[in-house]
Amino acid sequence: MSDLDPKDELVTHLPALRAFALSLTRNRATADDMMQDAVLKAWSNMDKYKPGTNMRAWLFTILRNNYYSSRRKLNREVADIDNAFSDTLSVKPDHDGRLQMMDFKVAFQQLADEHREALILVGASGFSYDDAAEMCGVATGTMKSRVNRARAKLTELLQLNDDDVLELTDAATMAVVGSPNLPS
Amino acid sequence: MTSDNDHKQQRIDHFIDQNLKKVFSELEQDKMPDEIIDLLSVLRAQDEELKAKK
Repeated sequence: MSDLDPKDELVTHLPALRAFALSLTRNRATADDMMQDAVLKAWSNMDKYKPGTNMRAWLFTILRNNYYSSRRKLNREVADIDNAFSDTLSVKPDHDGRLQMMDFKVAFQQLADEHREALILVGASGFSYDDAAEMCGVATGTMKSRVNRARAKLTELLQLNDDDVLELTDAATMAVVGSPNLPS
Repeated sequence: MTSDNDHKQQRIDHFIDQNLKKVFSELEQDKMPDEIIDLLSVLRAQDEELKAKK
């Protein structure tokens, strides 16, 4: 349990909240609008936050509910995508690792909302299947199924079932992930 | 055969998860928009004002 004042703790989760917003919306302007709404809502409803529970999960839930609610209001099935996700690379691909990472981002952007969200929550943010399911308002089995389907789709898009591709990506992944200059 | 397939699936899942973490980490390092910083300043000022009134 954090000893921080909940409002101070909220600030520590903002980088992760923004990463979640960008990966969910794939649009920088929409992500920033969602962030502002979520921060405002969380701040003014801080009395509803239960100390000792997972604040990051609470914040992510507020943001995703805002996002889907505004999508429904606008009656939009397809989001406006401005490549905010794949544009986060500041340099042009200059070796295999960079190229593979770009491929990965482009493939990830093509996943359905619920699959992208499931992978980000479970695969990247480290939430348990139970927590991720609760955040998305679905059963744990549904969340597991979404993660599996998302992985299967990425496997197909990146042709990871091809042994040669996997050998190449293993080497490329090590080149990127194993770099001492990058966070693990 | 099944074991080979399991091993391959594990490698694929590992590759996907490592890339996901890397991408998410990059996004976390994206510069926080000024609007959010400004909003936090306003919210903190409002809280201080409310405290002072009590």
